[in-house]
Amino acid sequence: MRGLYAIYKKEMNHYFVSPVAYIIACVFLALSGVFFSNYLVEVTNYANRLMLQGMQMGQPANFDVPSVFLRIFLGTIGIVILFFTPLLTMGVYSEERKRGTMELLMTSPITDAQIVLGKFLASFSLLVVMILPTVFYVIYIFAHSDPAPPWRIIAGGYLGVLLLGAMLLALGSFLSSLTENQIVSGVMILGLSLLLWLLGAFSQGTSALAQSLQYAAVLEHYNPFVQGIIDTTGLVFFGCWIFLGIFLTLRSVESMRWRRA
Amino acid sequence: MIEVQDLTKSYGDKTAVDHITFSVNKGEILGFLGPNGAGKTTTMRVLTGYLPATQGTAKVAGFDVFNDSMEVRRRIGYLPETPPLYFDMTVSSYLDFVARIKNVPVEKRAQRVEAAMEMAGLAEQRDQLIKRLSRGFKQRVGLAQAIVHDPDVIILDEPTVGLDPKQIIEVRHLIKGLAGSHTIILSTHILPEVSMTCDRVVIINHGKIVAVDTPENLTLQLKGGERIRIVAQAPEQQLRDVLQKIPGAQRVQIESMGSSDRMVATVEASQGQDLRSQIAAKIVGQGWPLYELRGQNLSLEDIFLQLTTEDPAHKRPEESK
Repeated sequence: MRGLYAIYKKEMNHYFVSPVAYIIACVFLALSGVFFSNYLVEVTNYANRLMLQGMQMGQPANFDVPSVFLRIFLGTIGIVILFFTPLLTMGVYSEERKRGTMELLMTSPITDAQIVLGKFLASFSLLVVMILPTVFYVIYIFAHSDPAPPWRIIAGGYLGVLLLGAMLLALGSFLSSLTENQIVSGVMILGLSLLLWLLGAFSQGTSALAQSLQYAAVLEHYNPFVQGIIDTTGLVFFGCWIFLGIFLTLRSVESMRWRRA
Repeated sequence: MIEVQDLTKSYGDKTAVDHITFSVNKGEILGFLGPNGAGKTTTMRVLTGYLPATQGTAKVAGFDVFNDSMEVRRRIGYLPETPPLYFDMTVSSYLDFVARIKNVPVEKRAQRVEAAMEMAGLAEQRDQLIKRLSRGFKQRVGLAQAIVHDPDVIILDEPTVGLDPKQIIEVRHLIKGLAGSHTIILSTHILPEVSMTCDRVVIINHGKIVAVDTPENLTLQLKGGERIRIVAQAPEQQLRDVLQKIPGAQRVQIESMGSSDRMVATVEASQGQDLRSQIAAKIVGQGWPLYELRGQNLSLEDIFLQLTTEDPAHKRPEESK
């Protein structure tokens, strides 16, 4: 346990002493800020138009601005996460392999599992720190809506973001452990993220293949969370991917002993 | 303390270490000497548990490096070829991290970190970022890292690479100071280092051990004989005749020395025979002016070359003409 904490602390130190974490978090927040204000204006305008139409037709429109806005906003955060997680994990193992520090870790009395979990938890913490300020956006919406939007959308949305992020971090760590080159691992992780994202778009239709692809499409499982629906399919889906990613990373780290690392 | 039995490590069909056997006693400094690519680093990596052996066994303090890897790792400090440093950490925070992953108990950690910095001469650099340090200081941080948990066994892969002469001397002192209470293996391709620091030497070439002994014994045993260099002004043929008639002279070689009429002769004698006085008497007796007469001992360097160079043509480059 102490070994795991030592690795975790070292990784956090690495993220927050260097400008890496700050730059990534800044750009992420700036982007989500732009999406926030854009969507807010668009959704409000749309609601106004709908209201006007409704008045002309003589029947009042039933449109819940805060809920619709939160769904769209949290859905977009998920897509932004898809592009940002490669930045968090591309160096975790590549850098250690290149610098030769993997040799220090692997000849120290700590287990490979402690190394892998310590690193995973550190990158997950960074993700949480990165997403945390967006909670203020949501609180802002909360404070200015009457009636308040349902909690389930917010809780579900953030749970979804965290699960999606954890899955991408776990898979990203694995890809990072395969190469000494940060750029190579970064591009591989980005490619995988895009593939998982686009799977949903490729798999329109009712054929068996399309349907099975649909199961693998990340956003298919992410969207229900944003709707405020926490279903076991999604939990199991993300849980399996996270487990698979960590498991593969562990195997890959173990195998470094058998390759000439 | 360390026992290596019949150890083999191959990468694919390339054998890096080929059935080597040696042992190191407690408190001893063992030098691992060999040209680049001889298998030094691979052997050390097997000992530290970083790489598994293909065949054979290695034991540290009675624990098998593969089956009881954790026990072994607790007892060794290891400085790899490139010091394993995190460049964005300060010296003291880096050493604190290493102390943590090496299981140094909390109450001893600060004290051990201080001691390691003191021993490696890093007290003034404690709060500097490692990336800002010069190469020599980085190497010292690597060394401090290997001793921070006060391990029984210290394995150093080329510990003096990249240091200036003054630092090299300091590091050698440090290593000598650690001996006795610690068992040390160090690898190097610098020969004086071995004769200065090590109690015993293992010479390794192409993955095989070619000699194991103390530096003094190696020099004694392998020294083919005495060699004497003579510079005299004499006709070549006559000089050769005179020198060859001296009892005990085994090989005589004569070359003219540039444009002057002086000759450079080399005479080899069997071991233990000193022919210098006889040679001087003969040459002076002929009335030839004698400018130089010098005995040349085979150095550890010659022995190393002899042992590690297979092609006889290159054995003694100065004689192959």
